[in-house]
Amino acid sequence: MTSGALGRVYRDGESIVVQGEMGENMYVIQQGTVEVLREEAGRMFRLTELGPGEIFGEMALYEKAPRSATVRAVGEVRALTVDKKTFLRRVQEDPSLAFNVLRALSARIRALDVEVVALREQLRARREET
Amino acid sequence: MRRGHKSTLETQLTSGLETGPKGPVLEDGSRVAVLGGGPAGSFFSYFLKQMAASIDLDVDVVIYEPRSFTSSGPAGCNHCGGIVSESLVQLLATEGINLPADIVQRGIDSYVIHMDVGSVRIDTPLHEKRIAALYRGNGPRTSEPSDVGGFDRYLQDLAAAKGVRIVRQLVERIDWSGGRPSVVCPDGSRETYDLVAVASGVNSRLAESIVAERPDVRLAGKTKTYICEFRLGRDVVERCLGQSMHVFVLDLPRLEFAAMIPKGDFITMCLLGDDVDDELVRSFLAADEVRACFPGGTVPEHVCHCFPHINVRAADPPFSERLVFVGDSGVARLYKDGIGSAYRTAKAAARTAVFHGVSAADFREHFLPACRAIDFDNTLGRMVFASSALIQRWRFSRRAMLRMTTREQKDTRGPRRMSGVLWDVFTGSAPYRDVFVRSLHPAFVGSLLWNVLAAVTTVPKVPTRGPRSTL
Repeated sequence: MTSGALGRVYRDGESIVVQGEMGENMYVIQQGTVEVLREEAGRMFRLTELGPGEIFGEMALYEKAPRSATVRAVGEVRALTVDKKTFLRRVQEDPSLAFNVLRALSARIRALDVEVVALREQLRARREET
Repeated sequence: MRRGHKSTLETQLTSGLETGPKGPVLEDGSRVAVLGGGPAGSFFSYFLKQMAASIDLDVDVVIYEPRSFTSSGPAGCNHCGGIVSESLVQLLATEGINLPADIVQRGIDSYVIHMDVGSVRIDTPLHEKRIAALYRGNGPRTSEPSDVGGFDRYLQDLAAAKGVRIVRQLVERIDWSGGRPSVVCPDGSRETYDLVAVASGVNSRLAESIVAERPDVRLAGKTKTYICEFRLGRDVVERCLGQSMHVFVLDLPRLEFAAMIPKGDFITMCLLGDDVDDELVRSFLAADEVRACFPGGTVPEHVCHCFPHINVRAADPPFSERLVFVGDSGVARLYKDGIGSAYRTAKAAARTAVFHGVSAADFREHFLPACRAIDFDNTLGRMVFASSALIQRWRFSRRAMLRMTTREQKDTRGPRRMSGVLWDVFTGSAPYRDVFVRSLHPAFVGSLLWNVLAAVTTVPKVPTRGPRSTL
């Protein structure tokens, strides 16, 4: 990491946000890759991987709810923290600031749609087999 | 005239109630000239193109900037301290503009405050590097070509990637014909536009010549500052300043703010105040607290210096028909976060031009509130700096401030009232309004009075100086 690198460095395997904990910040990945994991019924499911420029933890900006997933560094990661207070204060003056976050959420819904269809297709195929 | 071009959602998200244009609007093929390719000009062009594209509006945007920002020293310099504040770094990241490591000379994670009664270090609440120290141009005189580029060039490239054209030409004046502005260059070439955005700052005479033709606009007020660069080498800079910006609270008349910023091989020194001159610079450099920051307690020769102006009073109003002033040419935050003001005013002007119109009435209704918010905040800022000057004047009050801050920094769980106020005053991260309100909080006032009492009644220890001896 160079002296000009902004944000905080997370080591390989370090959790940046933890499922179930209350969150106050959003994160923007500056360098490296993170994996998004969700624990369900004692099993850990890997939901996706995110890279430079992508955001996570954005739900904490809009809702007062525990984190829905754990985000963990894959290799060394540098991420910039965006404070909820800074973001929400400026969004009141400049609502267009929320566009980028909305765009990311929209892309995620689109990806989920594809995944739901694929899972339903798999389920249908299994039912037909049995 | 195009009167549509915006969806209900976009209008509600960007400007609140639907009010409709009050005069000329931008339409497909409209031409916009931006005078000045610094942050204000590039941000304005970038957001104008981005917002126009979001509603399928095709606008031709041209930035006039004679400098290329690729050469070191005065030819590529924009005379600026070169700090991107903590809040702006976060906002830009939210916009999708992540400052790459190759344009940031140093990520700053703390401030060290130096006084005659001692020094104290204030860390970012999250212990994270969220303040960027950078060069607007390509580095000071004597700097060799390096892998680290300049901020202004980076922003210009972002704008160019959106389809903005950069013209490397000086602009002489604007002529007006049939209510439309024409940009005239020294070679006699002339181009007519639907809107001109003036982003030439307060260090060029261009804004003066433009305002001379527009009696409805009063030019922005300015004051002189001092910036110089010391070349000490990366290791020495690291040893002397670390990853901190160093600010000085000294009892020197006319000095409002002084800082030393580590940037690679160099240290940038900035002095802001009431018409900074050679005498004030000499007094500052002679101060023990300043000398103690350099190796051997000796201030080295600087490699370059300048007395650039900064905006201290808003242009009134910062717009006219088909004309808008962004960044320092219009209104800027008092003493702090000039790049942040450029971002805010540029974006507000671009939003007005794309979603409302380019008439004076549209700018008055949709752009002026953003400028007034900065201007009003500056009024509170003047009160904050006046209070700060009072604290700087007396030794007992300086000791009280140091005592309160030091104790807060040692207590990791208690409230950080003084640290928070100082952090926001020095970093420019929060509006002055917030700082002002917090400094009136009974708990803050009570704690300060208690520390004043303690400072008056206890025998001071002999202060230790320099960043390595910070409390």
